[in-house]
Amino acid sequence: MPKKEYLKKVIVIGSGPIIIGQAAEFDYAGSQACRALKEEGLEVVLVNSNPATIMTDTNMADRVYIEPLTVEFMEEIISKEKPDGLLATLGGQAGLNLAVQLSEQGILEKYGVELLGTPLKAIEQAEDRELFKETMNKLGEPIPESTIVEDVSSAVAFAHEIGYPLIVRPAYTMGGTGGGIADSEDELIDIVIKGLKYSMIGQVLIERSVAGWKEIEYEVMRDGNDNCITVCNMENFDPVGVHTGDSIVVAPSQTLTDHEYQMLRSASLRIIRELGIEGGCNAQYALDPNSNQYYVIEVNPRVSRSSALASKATGYPIAKVSAKIAIGYTLDEITNAVTQKTKACFEPALDYCVVKFPRWPFDKFVYADKTLGTQMKATGEVMSIDRNFEGAILKAARSLEIGVNRLHLKKMPGWDDAKVLKRLGRCNDERIFVIAEALRRKVATIDEIYEITKVDKWFLRKIAKIANIENRLAEEQLTPSLLLAAKDVGLADVSIAECCGKTADEIRTMRKKMGILPCYKMVDTCAAEFEAATPYYYSTFHAQEDEVDTSSTRRKVVVLGSGPIRIGQGVEFDYCSVHSVWALRNMGIEAIIINNNPETVSTDFDISDRLYFEPLTTEDVLNIIDKEKPEGVIVQFGGQTAINLAESLQKAGVRVFGTSVDDIDRAEDRERFDEVLTQAGIPRPQGISVTNQEDAIKGAEEIGYPVMVRPSYVLGGRAMEIVYNEEELRDYMGRAVQVTPEHPVLVDRYMQGTEVEVDAISDGVDVVIPGIMEHVERAGVHSGDSIAVYPPQTLPAKVIFTIIDYTRRLAVGLHVKGLLNIQYVVVNDEVFVIEVNPRSSRTVPFLSKVTDIQMVDVATQVALGSSLKELGYKSGLVTPKPYVAVKAPVFSFNKMADVDISLGPEMKSTGEVMGIDYHYARALYKAITGAGMNVPVNGCILFTVANKDKEEMKQLANAFYELGFKLVATSGTAKAIQSMGIDAEVVGKMHERSVDIIQMIKKGQIHMVINTMNQNQGKSVANDGFKIRRATVEHAIPCLTSLDTAWEVLRVLTFMRERRLVYSLAIQDYVGGGDDLA
Amino acid sequence: MKGKLILEDGSVFTGTLLNNIKATGEVVFNTGMTGYQEILTDPSYCRQIVTLTYPLIGNYGVAAKFMQSRKSFVNGFIIGELCLEGSNWQMEGELADFLTRQGIPCLYNVDTRAVTRKIRSAGTMKGIIVPEDASKTEIDELFNVPIKKDVVKEVTTPEAYEIKSESGEGPEVVVMDFGIKQNILTSMHDLGCNLKVVPASTTAEEILAMNPDGIFLSNGPGDPKDVPEVIEEVKKLIGKKPMFGICLGHQLISLALGADTYKLKFGHRGSNQPVKNLLNTRVHITSQNHGYAVDDKSLEGLPLEVTHVNVNDGTVEGVRHTSLPLFSVQYHPEASPGPDDNMYLFDQFWTLLTGETKGE
Repeated sequence: MPKKEYLKKVIVIGSGPIIIGQAAEFDYAGSQACRALKEEGLEVVLVNSNPATIMTDTNMADRVYIEPLTVEFMEEIISKEKPDGLLATLGGQAGLNLAVQLSEQGILEKYGVELLGTPLKAIEQAEDRELFKETMNKLGEPIPESTIVEDVSSAVAFAHEIGYPLIVRPAYTMGGTGGGIADSEDELIDIVIKGLKYSMIGQVLIERSVAGWKEIEYEVMRDGNDNCITVCNMENFDPVGVHTGDSIVVAPSQTLTDHEYQMLRSASLRIIRELGIEGGCNAQYALDPNSNQYYVIEVNPRVSRSSALASKATGYPIAKVSAKIAIGYTLDEITNAVTQKTKACFEPALDYCVVKFPRWPFDKFVYADKTLGTQMKATGEVMSIDRNFEGAILKAARSLEIGVNRLHLKKMPGWDDAKVLKRLGRCNDERIFVIAEALRRKVATIDEIYEITKVDKWFLRKIAKIANIENRLAEEQLTPSLLLAAKDVGLADVSIAECCGKTADEIRTMRKKMGILPCYKMVDTCAAEFEAATPYYYSTFHAQEDEVDTSSTRRKVVVLGSGPIRIGQGVEFDYCSVHSVWALRNMGIEAIIINNNPETVSTDFDISDRLYFEPLTTEDVLNIIDKEKPEGVIVQFGGQTAINLAESLQKAGVRVFGTSVDDIDRAEDRERFDEVLTQAGIPRPQGISVTNQEDAIKGAEEIGYPVMVRPSYVLGGRAMEIVYNEEELRDYMGRAVQVTPEHPVLVDRYMQGTEVEVDAISDGVDVVIPGIMEHVERAGVHSGDSIAVYPPQTLPAKVIFTIIDYTRRLAVGLHVKGLLNIQYVVVNDEVFVIEVNPRSSRTVPFLSKVTDIQMVDVATQVALGSSLKELGYKSGLVTPKPYVAVKAPVFSFNKMADVDISLGPEMKSTGEVMGIDYHYARALYKAITGAGMNVPVNGCILFTVANKDKEEMKQLANAFYELGFKLVATSGTAKAIQSMGIDAEVVGKMHERSVDIIQMIKKGQIHMVINTMNQNQGKSVANDGFKIRRATVEHAIPCLTSLDTAWEVLRVLTFMRERRLVYSLAIQDYVGGGDDLA
Repeated sequence: MKGKLILEDGSVFTGTLLNNIKATGEVVFNTGMTGYQEILTDPSYCRQIVTLTYPLIGNYGVAAKFMQSRKSFVNGFIIGELCLEGSNWQMEGELADFLTRQGIPCLYNVDTRAVTRKIRSAGTMKGIIVPEDASKTEIDELFNVPIKKDVVKEVTTPEAYEIKSESGEGPEVVVMDFGIKQNILTSMHDLGCNLKVVPASTTAEEILAMNPDGIFLSNGPGDPKDVPEVIEEVKKLIGKKPMFGICLGHQLISLALGADTYKLKFGHRGSNQPVKNLLNTRVHITSQNHGYAVDDKSLEGLPLEVTHVNVNDGTVEGVRHTSLPLFSVQYHPEASPGPDDNMYLFDQFWTLLTGETKGE
């Protein structure tokens, strides 16, 4: 079938901000789709609210709208662009839900837009539990006994019939939000109430739990001619019971016979055919480990996180092929991009083992419940490839950047055997490490561990093999044969060193002398059956032939990627890595990228000249450098991951392009940085650097409380807190020293002023500042959690000029060659430096887009030696644009029970959105709407604020009151409001008898909460404020924990009363200076 | 014990030798990720040294029910990691013990991707498996062992036997066994056929004397031109009864009707080969194991039309007679190992036998 010739213009929906359950994989999928459509000569319109993505680059689509993903904005854009078709199956659950709404509200029909790819009916059949059940029954595909309920009593009745354990899943959500396993009636009631809330249609499915069975997934493709293939199957290390996004996953399946493999494959094809999917689809099964019995657990009628993983695991570009299918091609008409000769209609054959390992945010959310279940908690993941499972799992472990280099946690030596045994029974983020420890200590047999964990014995034996080698390393002399055996199971040099009491350098030297070097193999979709063109490689110590051709005589540079998505280091850094690669290629230089994140664009094999899918550790990177012999490496775009490697790479003789390693250290080392500031004559909040508790307390007394404390060398404000007294400081020091024992803790005066952020490019002489961003929330709220506004709206010229001057002096003083990011705090028009990051930052994609300056491109050229003058840039601040862009943070609190949502110095957001407009208030409106905040236009606001904030709150309350809101408040706050002669109903805290706030929130009587915390309260999970804030999350109402945010919400409500709320322009219109009639 | 695989062109691949048995054979590779036992016991691999590209082998052990014939006929087995302790509820033994019992030389811990890349670029070639310290003389001797040609004789059933359908009723099919895979028999039996399995040497007269409703020509090892006597018998059978052939059976039918076959550079062996059915434009994923193919140019002017082609390289994957109830395919609709997307071909045969249509 040829492509649908009548399609000229197609609109693609992205997935919006990154949240738990919906991460960078959709940037990868959407970018591939846009490119695939453009390749066919179609005009592509893209809508996505997330500015940190490659897909929202103006070269990805003809028209790019960075606008809220709501029906209203979509209709506005559709009416303007008049597309022929709409592609939504690559935008995750967010995109799919939006398409469903557009269709249901008749908007697609109204504007004559064809929904491309999988038909709506298939989406409904897969997602509506009742329809899904019907469809599976018709096919004869077994699903666990289940029922759909819309209220709690039906759930309980079903439980009486079937018994426990039961699994609860809400309909139409992503990442399993609101689901859980219930072992008792109390648990059931609790989970069902939440699930009903999260479901878009108020339904939850309750079904028999098959926890403990094998969990198997298939990625399937189908075209309009009913051709079906499976791209990949995957087996979860963690049996059914843990969300697949939180499971360690292996591809292909390892413990399935051909019969079992084919049985589930055939079931997948029957299902995709029956549903009539056109594109990619994912099917999940529970397989009894003791019989051929299986259940279909879930079908995703769209490209998913697993599709991205399957694409990277096999080399098969699922998103690209899905896009081609959506415009009418059949699988046998689409070329296999890997071989360039064969067609996309085949099933990839792997000749290696792939492991995916989730990356959880528990290092940031120390109080979060770490138990893994049906609700996904990971923010990102890493993938690794090797010729055996042992090598792959160890590569994955050291890619996580959680301070481990093997299946061993630093705290484990302090555990006694009983504790190890006890911990085996806990299904949390540490389980595989505990299994390894149990096997190392031989405190449990494989059979016993299997009985406890239900992890297949095949996996357990592999871990036992690693554990045995570790024990031998600890007990025996390190002979060449033992070293060989250790590399054979994939242990890193640093792990071997750790086990046998040597240094990693010693091991490396010994290993190289013996000629134990990795070989690099290609990922080619076909197990070498056909010659392939993919420059996509992985290392293995299990081979005799290396197949990478490094003979080219062109200049070569390595770009280090940013590893897994985590809080504080998100998709922004992948954006930067990709742009750096593109810049190098434009310069005619061979660009080699090293990264381990399967969700990203940077690990798409056609981005760089060569992609090495490898851990970002010194050893793994040096092995590649030894092989490739590049001119040098670029570390400034891969976030802290890459920066952290700079020193050890340079020590090993590798040239680091851009800002020197010494200058990076001068920016990051407290004392050296103080020297830089003194020399440049720039003030900073008073502070000291300490290495022990007593110095900290002494220092804090000198500076005066409150103080800001944090470990040095961290990103995303990890473990950064404001402490108000000695007791809190003692508590903090007890916890923080564990974070980075080799680095000191910084104690600074906490200055409550306006925070300003600058990204600049310097060549050491000239300093270009593309833009300045002013934060809405005052200092104290992490910059990544603040609303940032470009250009600044309140700063006087004097302050702006001081910032320009300081930025220039700092860039020159630090000899920056490339990007730098500076955070300032402005107090009474005086400017202080908070920190300087001599690298790309979270705001670079945002600023690049709104200023139309390809910052990474310029910085890459500068890092390689060009001067800004040569490139046509003048020193100083680039003239601000006539429009306003607002970047707002997005949180995933609904996925994380027990996490306090109040904003502070430690970053909590997982993603961001942007609002852009000629009117500040509308740009703000777009940003907060895009961020998913349902700002009420009328109704009731609850005020409960700390004493320190009462005066300021009064003005705010008055303003809201004048807009017609009803005010309710806790007693102290109410008194303050009433003192102005304004009505405020007093509501009781939970322990008080009167009206319970939580009940009011549950009943929908409160529409927004404004809550700030008293100085020394709040850190305990048990207090009232915490419970109120969590209740707002569970019931999806806005909760503003900073008065600054509240003021801006008020601004929107005030200024947008009489204006049109929905108005859209493409980025091309803004940067091109076009329509400014808004 | 350390061992190595040496190819005719001198390339050497090192590994660990499981059973200290030397071997000579044609070295081929299979890209399937599952089904090692089915591959080992597929008689079409008779006398070949089989390399598996998937590196982790033996993970789920072995079980009698996955046997595709009475024993393994391979001359050698080249794999990556050999799993010594499998894990699956169905397993009855470990792969390593099976290989030892069957007397199969197995070289493991081999860079099988390197072997595959060599064969892919240089073509299928002769190879030997020897211990690491084998002398030059030993190596030369092994290379001088000729590749045996009369492999069909080795794998065909020595005696004719019958498999009755459940009900005892149903069409009678004579199955010419050139090295048939168990699942072909199972598939036809499940359809409701009464099967008379006869040795490859059975004459057309003997077959026709049984007066079957149809004749099935099985898969089998080697070059189809190495069994000219069978081609002669097939010629006599054509047109007499509905006929269905798989793999070698397909090649023999084509040769009997005047077409030609040729040797592929490195064959098709795996579970992921896409085949397009030209009659309905649908593509199915197939399980394949063949080193020879029917030459499409040689079909010109013959009463055979191409019904299936390989999507990857355009080679002929299936033909049917323009007027007679006869068709054949190059690939393995019975799967085992591989996908069962093509079971519809057995239904088609059923229709030729009975005039009835079986639901998909």
